[in-house]
Amino acid sequence: MKGPTLARHLGAGAVAVALLVPVSFALEPFRAFQLATVAAYLCATAGLTVLTGLNGQLSLGHGALMAVGAYTVALSQTAFADAGVTGGWVLPVSFGAAVGATVAVGALVGVAAARLRGPYLAGVTLAVAVVVPALTVTFDGVLGGEQGLSVPVDPPPAGLGASFPYERWQLWIAGAATLPVLLLLGNLVRSRYGRTFRAVRDDEVAARLAGIDVARTQVLAFVVSAAGAGVGGGLLAVLAQSVSPGAFSLTLSLSLVMAVVVGGLGRLAGAGWGAVLLVALPDLTHSVTGLVSFPPALAQRMAGNLPLAVFGVTLVVVVVAAPGGIQGLLSRSGRALRSRPDPSTTHHP
Amino acid sequence: MDRFVFLTLDGLSRGAVYAAFALALVLIWRAARIVNFAQGAMAVATAYVAHSVAAATGSYWWGFLAALVAGLLLGALVDVAVMRLVDSTSPLNPVIVALGLVLLIQAVLGMVYGNEYRPAEAPFSRAALTLGGVGVLSPYDLFVLAAVGAVVVALAWMFARTGTGLRMRAAAFAPAVARLLGVDVGGMLTLGWALASGVGALAGLLVIPTELGLHPHAMDLVFVSAFTAAVVGGLDSPPGAVVGGLAVGLVLSYVSGYAGSDLAPLAVLVLLLAVLLIRPGGLFAQVTARRV
Repeated sequence: MKGPTLARHLGAGAVAVALLVPVSFALEPFRAFQLATVAAYLCATAGLTVLTGLNGQLSLGHGALMAVGAYTVALSQTAFADAGVTGGWVLPVSFGAAVGATVAVGALVGVAAARLRGPYLAGVTLAVAVVVPALTVTFDGVLGGEQGLSVPVDPPPAGLGASFPYERWQLWIAGAATLPVLLLLGNLVRSRYGRTFRAVRDDEVAARLAGIDVARTQVLAFVVSAAGAGVGGGLLAVLAQSVSPGAFSLTLSLSLVMAVVVGGLGRLAGAGWGAVLLVALPDLTHSVTGLVSFPPALAQRMAGNLPLAVFGVTLVVVVVAAPGGIQGLLSRSGRALRSRPDPSTTHHP
Repeated sequence: MDRFVFLTLDGLSRGAVYAAFALALVLIWRAARIVNFAQGAMAVATAYVAHSVAAATGSYWWGFLAALVAGLLLGALVDVAVMRLVDSTSPLNPVIVALGLVLLIQAVLGMVYGNEYRPAEAPFSRAALTLGGVGVLSPYDLFVLAAVGAVVVALAWMFARTGTGLRMRAAAFAPAVARLLGVDVGGMLTLGWALASGVGALAGLLVIPTELGLHPHAMDLVFVSAFTAAVVGGLDSPPGAVVGGLAVGLVLSYVSGYAGSDLAPLAVLVLLLAVLLIRPGGLFAQVTARRV
């Protein structure tokens, strides 16, 4: 594929829409819901890949940023529903508010993060991940405490027919929110900004000598990444039709890190693998444990925890054995298949 | 005034636990240049060991002892089986691996014990004694202060006065030279991990009865507070960790007492950000040129 990046990405987006619509009709409702969940995670993992993979800043706080997006959508949708306002533009406005709120929070954390390195940055973002969900209990008057809030979402438009499954409508919403995010991030990565992100990641001093404002680049990367997480969180709120602090715990933040690392940090495609893993691995472990009959109490305890144990083991194994993640393995094997043995790279004794 | 005295003493007792936990972080940071983000999860795991052993034997103290031993072993195991294999040329890698361990340990605990709070019993009364009509420390607070004090003194004595302590410092300070002089650098590193994890286990045992109870996530916020304490003291300084721990304990006690305990998590975050933005090396840092 040749040509200008924007045209290429727009073409890819059009192909994705052309594929997604028939697929959404072929999928049974539960699978459509799962695919919509993948799309929600994809917004967040793509943002995290830009931040961690391309800019070198590790954030353990993206679960909390998703919570900011989700709660903003919940509050905004509730406000519209209470005022009796309906219409096709309500949900996009809520998502706009979610992006605005996460950008503000992301800028706040990003300004602090730009001055921090390594374990200090990880520690601060970890603190954000632990503290922000706890704030929902502190301000339970507005944020609903442990119970959370419900998210009123309009049913599918009547023009689509009475038997149009709600899950398919959710998948359309998720697709309509995720594709622009991916398009923007994909272009950003290929742009001048993407190159400055990578330059800062690889060598801050060299980047500074080349005239790049390192701190501003890092804040920008954090803000962009936070906006992705905000859209993802808003989608999760719309899909679940409720938000609660339990859904955005530290575990979610760590799972997102797992997803981008296992998917492969260097490329946006790795974020796709990661988002698929986040949905597919729990499904897979569930069907594997379904083969063995456990006592009900144990089965219930395993249901929520076994996928997380698998996440943890996968993360450790990937960092130790295959630091490039899935995308790294794929591109390496792709290169190996394409290239003939090259005499200049064979070893001579 | 009575309330201020009570909150101060309560903060010192709480801070002693943060100090111990921060000390565990500092021990590993000094030895391996790794912030062990799995410290909290490891400490919870040993607290569950204490819970099980205490339930089986009927004695708190057997559980206490078992948890400390489990802490030492778990630390050594994490070093030998996981951390030693990680390529630490990128500073992100050890952090990410530690996060993987957090997910794994918390999930395994959830599978074995369930994700609900279990009551954690304290070996002494937690009712405050009164001194001249003023509520002061409880017997349990005194036990906490004594236990943490003993550990701090023992560690200081070990690093300053014993051959093993000297070898550990040498292995951390100049691994190559230490190896040439016959120090088992890898063994010292494992010993450092074991000691740190043991101290972390002690801190977990001490703090969990004062919080909501035993839960796989019981140490999440404690970890953040202890990390803040370590940063306040400067990650490199054991005395700094102790002072930082007491300072964080006092701040949290005052915030909880005067502004409401709901605000304590927010106070930790604000404190951590403030310290890092105003004095990133910690209050005890010497001024150093930035390394390129």
